[in-house]
Amino acid sequence: MNRVPDASQLATTPLRDRHEAEGAKLVPFAGWLMPLQYTGIRDEHVAVRRGAGMFDVSHMGVVETSGRDAEAFLQRVLTNDVARMVEGTAQYSLLCREDGGVLDDVFTYRLEADRFLTITNAANHGKDLAWIGHHAEGFAVEVRDRISDFAMLAVQGPRARGLVGEMTDEPLPARFHVAERRVAGVSDVLVCGTGYTGEDGVELLVAPEDAGTLWDALRQGGARPVGLGARDTLRLEACFHLYGNELMETRGPIEAGLGWCCKEETDFIGSRAVRAMRETGPRERLIPFAMTDGRIARPGNPVVGGGEVTSGTLSPCLGVGIGMAYVGSARGIPGTPIEIDVRGRTRAAEVRTKPLYPKETPTCP
Amino acid sequence: MPVANYPSDLRYHPDHDWARVDGDVATFGVTWYAQEQLGEVVFFDPPPVGTQVSKGRPYAELESVKAVSDVVAPLSGEILEVNEALSDSPEAVNQDPYGEGWFVKVRLSDPVEVDSLLDADAYEGSLQGAGQ
Repeated sequence: MNRVPDASQLATTPLRDRHEAEGAKLVPFAGWLMPLQYTGIRDEHVAVRRGAGMFDVSHMGVVETSGRDAEAFLQRVLTNDVARMVEGTAQYSLLCREDGGVLDDVFTYRLEADRFLTITNAANHGKDLAWIGHHAEGFAVEVRDRISDFAMLAVQGPRARGLVGEMTDEPLPARFHVAERRVAGVSDVLVCGTGYTGEDGVELLVAPEDAGTLWDALRQGGARPVGLGARDTLRLEACFHLYGNELMETRGPIEAGLGWCCKEETDFIGSRAVRAMRETGPRERLIPFAMTDGRIARPGNPVVGGGEVTSGTLSPCLGVGIGMAYVGSARGIPGTPIEIDVRGRTRAAEVRTKPLYPKETPTCP
Repeated sequence: MPVANYPSDLRYHPDHDWARVDGDVATFGVTWYAQEQLGEVVFFDPPPVGTQVSKGRPYAELESVKAVSDVVAPLSGEILEVNEALSDSPEAVNQDPYGEGWFVKVRLSDPVEVDSLLDADAYEGSLQGAGQ
């Protein structure tokens, strides 16, 4: 059992009192004290798949890039085609090293022609800021750490949009769009049509002092608080990557299955290495799998014959162990049986297609 | 069981296991703190009846949605009985860790070991340093 480090060393979000009032189990995560769960991982998971859940994701980093060269600069730093983003849209992208190793996976919002917000992973925020700042030399841009200026709430699930929509006068931005709205009486809320659960929904960037008002209104509207535990099971059913598990500096985008968000023609940092890997093909590939003989594989479990599990949990919707793993490219075809060494016992699993939990055929109990 | 509790008729191992001792037979399980840390239990893997267990050594695996954990024997002996009901309803470990959520019954090979276990107050005191 883990000993809990001194909570006073950890950063807290403006919603800490709300979490405590809801009976959350608070745990250290990437230097923050965050809610792991409220009523239970499975219960919260199902609430998101069937209705609407809300997540405090204020630990995520925010970097603002503005100035005349903002687009050209981000085009260099981010792997996706930033020029294709019109004002008021969002894009998933990676930060890569020269050798193609992945530094972080991020969402970028184009607020104005020359003003962007990039959402970083909490554990990578400092590293990303230094990297972006270092490469800004020679560009007419200003890079600012805006993490302290925002709290962030994700509202996700089939009822999420309806619930938030009732608190605004204007229509909500569509998927992968962003717009400023007045929500529940709070002005200047940045409403983003994004999320990381495999469900529709929005993410709300709001001034820290208004976060509580927004949280209370969403709670009143029927959104269930959901912690990091269910955030992990939800993203894994959807086969979304988690930095530190599927993504790391020693692996590149192609083996991670993220070639779709790398546009080498934009000449981003690492584009040469990514192009070479795309042409030769990676030795290993990230695959989704489901266990076929019960039990659950966990991160670090070896795949028999080569490879390693990067994420593994019990799927609350499918009722079986699921996960993702790097395996030899030849074994990456859906339907291929694989074996995983789970603490010394060989367990059977099968390579599946993405996503593991298809939204088209909702069966979540 | 939403509120922490540590019955005074049990003895405790610092690795968050309890023993209910009755002569030279003891029932083992994990404490409220252990199940709370682990979260929703989904599997309990007991060893077969007849297995020898040693105080302080892992003898079983307890798995929750988020993690898997070794279960340590609070005392030494031979397993006489395992709680088969947990294979169908592992959530009993969360709901009733000192009752329906028991793991195994063990014939103690060295009943004197009981004296080295903690009483409820001492065990609860040991949790203070763990942030509880």
